[in-house]
Amino acid sequence: MTAFILLRILQAIPVMLVVSLVSFLMFAHVGDPVAIMLGQDHTPEQREALVRDLGLDQPVLVQYWRFLGNAIAGDFGLSYRLSRPVAELIAERAPATLELAFTAAALALLVGVPMGVYTGLYRNSWISRLFLTFSLIGVSLPTFLIGILLILVFSVWLGWLPSFGRGETVQIGWWTTGFLTWSGIKALILPAITLGLFQLTLIMRLVRAEMLEVLRTDYIRFARARGLSNRAVHFGHALRNTLVPVITIAGLQLGAIIAFAIVTETVFQWPGMGLLFIQSVGAADIPVMAAYLLLIAAVFVTINLVVDLLYYAVDPRLRADRGAAGAGGR
Amino acid sequence: MALPGAAAALLARWRESDLWWSFRRSPVAVGAALVALLCIGGALLAPWIAPHDPFDLAGLDLSNAFKPPAWDAEGDPAFPLGTDGQGRDVLSAILYGARISLLVGLSATAFATLLGVLLGLVAGYAGGTADAVLMRIADVQLTFPSILVALLVNGVVQASLPRELHGALALYVVIFAIGISEWPKFARTVRGSTLVERNKEYVLAARVIGLGRARIMLTHVLPNVLGPVLVIATLNLGLAILAEATLSFLGVGVPPTQPSLGTLIRIGNDFLFSGEWWITIFPGAALVAMVLSVNLLGDWLRDALNPKLR
Repeated sequence: MTAFILLRILQAIPVMLVVSLVSFLMFAHVGDPVAIMLGQDHTPEQREALVRDLGLDQPVLVQYWRFLGNAIAGDFGLSYRLSRPVAELIAERAPATLELAFTAAALALLVGVPMGVYTGLYRNSWISRLFLTFSLIGVSLPTFLIGILLILVFSVWLGWLPSFGRGETVQIGWWTTGFLTWSGIKALILPAITLGLFQLTLIMRLVRAEMLEVLRTDYIRFARARGLSNRAVHFGHALRNTLVPVITIAGLQLGAIIAFAIVTETVFQWPGMGLLFIQSVGAADIPVMAAYLLLIAAVFVTINLVVDLLYYAVDPRLRADRGAAGAGGR
Repeated sequence: MALPGAAAALLARWRESDLWWSFRRSPVAVGAALVALLCIGGALLAPWIAPHDPFDLAGLDLSNAFKPPAWDAEGDPAFPLGTDGQGRDVLSAILYGARISLLVGLSATAFATLLGVLLGLVAGYAGGTADAVLMRIADVQLTFPSILVALLVNGVVQASLPRELHGALALYVVIFAIGISEWPKFARTVRGSTLVERNKEYVLAARVIGLGRARIMLTHVLPNVLGPVLVIATLNLGLAILAEATLSFLGVGVPPTQPSLGTLIRIGNDFLFSGEWWITIFPGAALVAMVLSVNLLGDWLRDALNPKLR
């Protein structure tokens, strides 16, 4: 077990190094940072002084080493666009994105799993057909169109829910939360549905397929033969065995939720990291882009690592296989 | 008009093939093919069938702005799906926009297919270090959602290009970014089939008579690994069109001078609150029709070519 964990962590390090090298190269060589920072009018002496200040006259490897050190310490320099420390900008916006992503994921799980169980158990009822049709729509509509349609119906026509921003937020330490005010919760509803809908349909279809598979197995037939109640068979035996793949996919989908948060935040003008990133791409604000890239890479590598370890912990069959295959490099 | 002999023979063969039979028996596939043909036909023929020229600034009349669709009481039959804020005909804009969406989707898919197939062939046939390096890169890239990769590549390339080139090159940058984000799927599939083919007797025979590596890969192995590629490419076309629409909706995709469906949806989004829903909903519906029909065709093709499901 320890060897496996160590191996996985060792495999994660090169990924992070490659990503950090890409973001460093972006930082140092995309556009001309010196010209951007100095503006239009500057003397060659000013330019030279700044180059020396920034350490751009030193070998690339030395620069990269310093970039790595700074990144680990959380220092990504100043945003070209807003002239504020990048770390501060990101820390300010992280709560908005994390609350949105958390709500969307919770929605997808809490609604998707029961819908999947229902459609798996009663596969021919008209409600199941309705759910399946609905899930086809969820898969085919692009995220931004779902958001636009929701805004059109619930904000423009019905006027029930706000269509942009976070509403009122409460400050707790450095964290701002929208969970504690009525307007904050109302503002969260539409973006969370937009972001969670695709994952919801995915989880529903997955649970349904797994349930259909499990219900055909011998141990379910045996459980019925023992005279167990439907409830015990369905939830105690069938559902529990479908949960392993569901946990894996749900974990991996967390990354997709964070990626598509960029789109959702743009549609709803949600003041999170994704909106910051898009605005930075538009303005060629390299320090923010580099920091976001590193942050996202760290999140993805961590999620993959945790899912792998969870899988290992949950499914005993994998242990023997991995031990043999692991030596040859997977 | 007499068809040339070869084409006629090909058509006859197609008529008798399993694929045609399974196609005719699947109402979903036929329906999807009709919708897809409608979308593609509309896009290709836009300059001839569009009622107005959306790029002709002289033809725009601000007094025509914000006309609702023709069936509305205030609608104008000259503008079947209404007009936008500058008096531009929405239907014409959609036809021309579908052209751009389709162009980017097809080019990006072609690029991803070419790159993925070549790298997959090399990785599978050469093995060793080339294989390890290429597959490691593919693994790392598959860790991230492809839309994120496309966004980043697009952002980095645009930031490193001089400003004055942006307008001219933006379309190619988007195609490149989306293509780059999709190649690992192709490379992995092709690598897998190449590993199987590599040890077959016909490859051994080719090696024995002294053919070069490149020749064996391209003329002997390649035709035998292309089957699954067709299915992946079809399914990927829908994804590529959606990726382009998403980038353009975010305002970092194709330039505003060549509006795609995604750009039209973004522009229309600003008018949602003043009640002009048709400016954004119709391009959205066109996008969904296009992507859904392509996806359903891809699904059908995958099942039809899968011998286990027959």
